[in-house]
Amino acid sequence: MADQDLLETDQPLLVADSLSKSYGRIAACRDVSFSLYPGEVLAIVGESGSGKSTLLQLLSGQLAASGGQVSYRMRDGITRDLAALGEAERRLLFRTDWGFVHQDPAQGLRMAVSAGANVGERLMAVGWNHYGRIRESASDWLTRVEIDVARIDDAPRTYSGGMRQRLQIARNLVTGPRLVFMDEPTGGLDVSVQARLLDLLRNLVAELHLAVVIVTHDLAVARLLSHRVMVMKGGRVIETGLTDQVLDDPREPYTQLLVSSILPP
Amino acid sequence: MNAPAYNFAYLDEQTKRMIRRAILKAIAIPGYQVPFASREMPMPYGWGTGGVQVTAAILGPQDVLKVIDQGSDDTTNAISIRKFFAKTAGVATTTSTDDATVIQTRHRIPETSLHENQVLVYQVPIPEPLRFLEPRETETRRMHALAEYGLMHVKLYEDIARFGHIATAYAYPVKVNARYVMDPSPTPKFDNPKMDNCPALQLFGAGREKRIYAIPPYTQVVSLDFEDHPFEPYRFNAPCALCAAENSYLDEIVTDDKGSRMFVCSDTDYCEGRQAAGHHGSMSAAPYKEKAQGEANG
Repeated sequence: MADQDLLETDQPLLVADSLSKSYGRIAACRDVSFSLYPGEVLAIVGESGSGKSTLLQLLSGQLAASGGQVSYRMRDGITRDLAALGEAERRLLFRTDWGFVHQDPAQGLRMAVSAGANVGERLMAVGWNHYGRIRESASDWLTRVEIDVARIDDAPRTYSGGMRQRLQIARNLVTGPRLVFMDEPTGGLDVSVQARLLDLLRNLVAELHLAVVIVTHDLAVARLLSHRVMVMKGGRVIETGLTDQVLDDPREPYTQLLVSSILPP
Repeated sequence: MNAPAYNFAYLDEQTKRMIRRAILKAIAIPGYQVPFASREMPMPYGWGTGGVQVTAAILGPQDVLKVIDQGSDDTTNAISIRKFFAKTAGVATTTSTDDATVIQTRHRIPETSLHENQVLVYQVPIPEPLRFLEPRETETRRMHALAEYGLMHVKLYEDIARFGHIATAYAYPVKVNARYVMDPSPTPKFDNPKMDNCPALQLFGAGREKRIYAIPPYTQVVSLDFEDHPFEPYRFNAPCALCAAENSYLDEIVTDDKGSRMFVCSDTDYCEGRQAAGHHGSMSAAPYKEKAQGEANG
């Protein structure tokens, strides 16, 4: 068992190998390589237009890369090239072993159906066929993301921004994914709600041993959540390293600028 | 100048061939929605333009046609379609389920069980069972292709969460041949079990949406449900007021403004047949007054 655990954390979960993507003459993403290990949180920071979101879409297989490849270690332990997976396999991966938290909850949720059905959708998609158990699991997850279970039958359009975002997280985590992609999960929320959400995320990530790729322009989010940081500019990774190292002792001029542009509290 | 105004059964032969090809494909892949080049018909969308095109394509001179609308042979829609084919194809028409070889229907399956030499043609308004949950056609097609039907259960889940039971009463989604989820057109869910392992061929035509789909004879058709909330056909808990049938699908008719109502079979042919055979309900008229409508038309 111990050997298995060791193997489980010893091998990278997601490997990007010289990924690039160009739109005509514009190179949105150039030569990005890294490995992500189970339980590791990687933050991708950079200004708007630096290629963060393109990279996230490449990693999650939503966009075909112009060059390079992404491989993922499946639950059976075999590492496979994402581009070689069939569409059915990729979509199955997307709704079981992966999560994707959008900046705008309306993109990740079904706004017209109840919170319980939103959380239960992934379970039903993998063949759960018992209403009582689906509902039980949904209430359990609502509790874990600090949403009042009494609101399980309300549609997310009646929820506040912070609740929607937490519901979106619950919806993604219900199938016990190993890897979660997050695109600016705290964007558009006010500061106190942001703090609460980050706190919740940090606990869940540690508790569930999740690997996370989080895209953000907010260095505070990166500092609070991530183990490692990649700084992007003009489609390239210009600096990478442990979070504290990069943020406390930035090497590149651009990173120094980025760090120094945070207002002192 | 002396050319006949219409080809046999209104549509020209090339159009019929096109529709027949779509039908053959639909039969080959039970429950799959085959796109076809739906034509304008001399009736408004929503009045059965899809069903009429399918009927026109399969009708032969020897066929006997029956048309029902909500189970009834004598409503406007049923009568005008029956007259349409009597005029353009010259085929015999009937109201008797047993005698018909082609039955075009809107919103019901006849109570009398069908046999192998019959074709049931449904008029379908919206063929896509996932449409109200997923508005994008590209996405629903992909979901069908990959058999991703979790979303269909989301709808049933919502029903139970809101009403405590599966409240979908018509257009109740079914899985055909353990593969495609299909909308059985707006038939009451009472009729769903009749589709399963049915000896007759069932064809579905949606004119506005330009889709044809089919259930071949003796195909498995299963209504979707949850283990702890199984599928249950719904029926008003009353006998038919005219023929005392206990197992037919009933229409509720409000008879005054003081809350009185009567329940009668929605399948008029079935009800009349039972009355002719001597069954009488609590509100049936004296026997000499009403002669079975079917005999007059037949």
